[in-house]
Amino acid sequence: MNNYVVRKIKDRLMLIFIFLALVVALIPLFSILGEVIINGSSSVSIDFLTQPTPTVGEAGGGVANAIQGTLLTIGLSSLIGVPIGLMSGIFLSEYGGAKLSTSVRFFNDVLAGFPSIVVGIFGYTLIVLSIGFSVIAAAFALAIIMIPIVTRTTEEALKLVPATVREAAIALGVPQWKTTVSVILSNAKKGIATGILLALARVAGESAPVLVTMGYWRWWFAGLDKPVANLALDIYTFAISPFENWRALGWGSALILVLLILGISMVVRLFTREKY
Amino acid sequence: MLYKIEVENLNAWFGSKHVLKNINMKIKEKAVTAVIGPSGCGKTTFIRCLNRMHEIVPHAKVSGKVLFNGMDIYDEDVDPVQIRRKMGMVFQKPNPFPMMSIYDNVAAGLKLNGIRNKEKLDSIVEQSLKMAILWDEVKDELNKSGASLSGGQQQRLCIARALAVQPEIILMDEPCSALDPMATAKIEGLIRTLTAEYTVIIVTHNMQQAARVSDYTAFLYLGELVEYEATTNIFENPKSELTEKYITGEFG
Repeated sequence: MNNYVVRKIKDRLMLIFIFLALVVALIPLFSILGEVIINGSSSVSIDFLTQPTPTVGEAGGGVANAIQGTLLTIGLSSLIGVPIGLMSGIFLSEYGGAKLSTSVRFFNDVLAGFPSIVVGIFGYTLIVLSIGFSVIAAAFALAIIMIPIVTRTTEEALKLVPATVREAAIALGVPQWKTTVSVILSNAKKGIATGILLALARVAGESAPVLVTMGYWRWWFAGLDKPVANLALDIYTFAISPFENWRALGWGSALILVLLILGISMVVRLFTREKY
Repeated sequence: MLYKIEVENLNAWFGSKHVLKNINMKIKEKAVTAVIGPSGCGKTTFIRCLNRMHEIVPHAKVSGKVLFNGMDIYDEDVDPVQIRRKMGMVFQKPNPFPMMSIYDNVAAGLKLNGIRNKEKLDSIVEQSLKMAILWDEVKDELNKSGASLSGGQQQRLCIARALAVQPEIILMDEPCSALDPMATAKIEGLIRTLTAEYTVIIVTHNMQQAARVSDYTAFLYLGELVEYEATTNIFENPKSELTEKYITGEFG
């Protein structure tokens, strides 16, 4: 057998291997998604989307209060986490000196790897102990989870903007902050949006920090200093409950959570679409 | 004749590397001055020192004076941003803002500096594109992306962008090195017409280009200014042996 044939076989084998790896990676994804859609869709109805959690043993009801609560909690945590993460990312990429940036980046990565329950307990000691279980405490803990993700992805997205574009703006006599805001950010907005979405999706699905900062809540929103219902936590509570109706609601909640994240990412993509 | 720029004892470093050594040079107004020399001789660093772009690179350092209209741009009170507004710069590779239309690219310098008057912007954009000999090619598609143009058109767009802020000096860093001969010829023609109103300083590694477009030529070698003369003198009657060797192609 000559070299050429050997090379061709190797090439073919490699391709088969890569393809198999892809299939193996996709199987769990699609089986989970399939399961959620099959089991969840049967419990989604008008009532499901408009009624609050039913009491134990009661038939019907829905998770409208949890949808409201999840949107509120992740909205509030984004209000805290996104600006801080964005600014930190801009600092690391555009302003920070080499030494400072290296250490900030290191601690940021450590923070990104923190177990979320630890972040939850941090929120508990800092906020719950003074004002009680509340939306504020949950949003604060979730914001801390968001910050390192947004920081890192913003920095990476900004670094991808070619130096030539930066220099072009500086050479036009544009001050640095304006160069960053109007030229560099607009070139990187797609990557930044992806980072924010990743962070949002991550916290929308977090249950551990929510559990220790807000706890389970079966009613509608009652004030920022009170807890609200939460889809991720509902899934947990419903799934381990012995009630048929609650378990069905749990599947429905899982489906809604997936659709919610999908919906948010579609809206964000639409708004950050590139003109050219 | 007036001197637009007077360079006195200019030294520049990257970290510990001494890339420009004691340059003294007086650059005439409304003329084209070419800076030639082999790769790595400091040509690019030299023009980047003229609008304080050298210092934006980490570990870069400058000493000496650069007098612009008689004022030292390295004086402590001088804001580099203000200096850069008075000097347009055109880079080696065309670098239009990729997320902006042709119109916005030209208007960028003005818009980013707070000029919002639509009529004023329209007229400056048209005038700048005309001066950059690009108007006729793009006037019907000003809303298309600047990145959709050909390389030569993009470079003329960058020239228009530099002209739009109404600078006094145009600095060009090998503006034709990424372009084909046709596009190069267009830009060279354009450079000649610019001298009516602007002082042009062009870095090039193409000696024929220097001979074609410039009135004065400076030859840099290993960070030192070897010879600075009227272009015809440099090419026909060089004083230094090194210059002669370089322009006859013995090295470089």
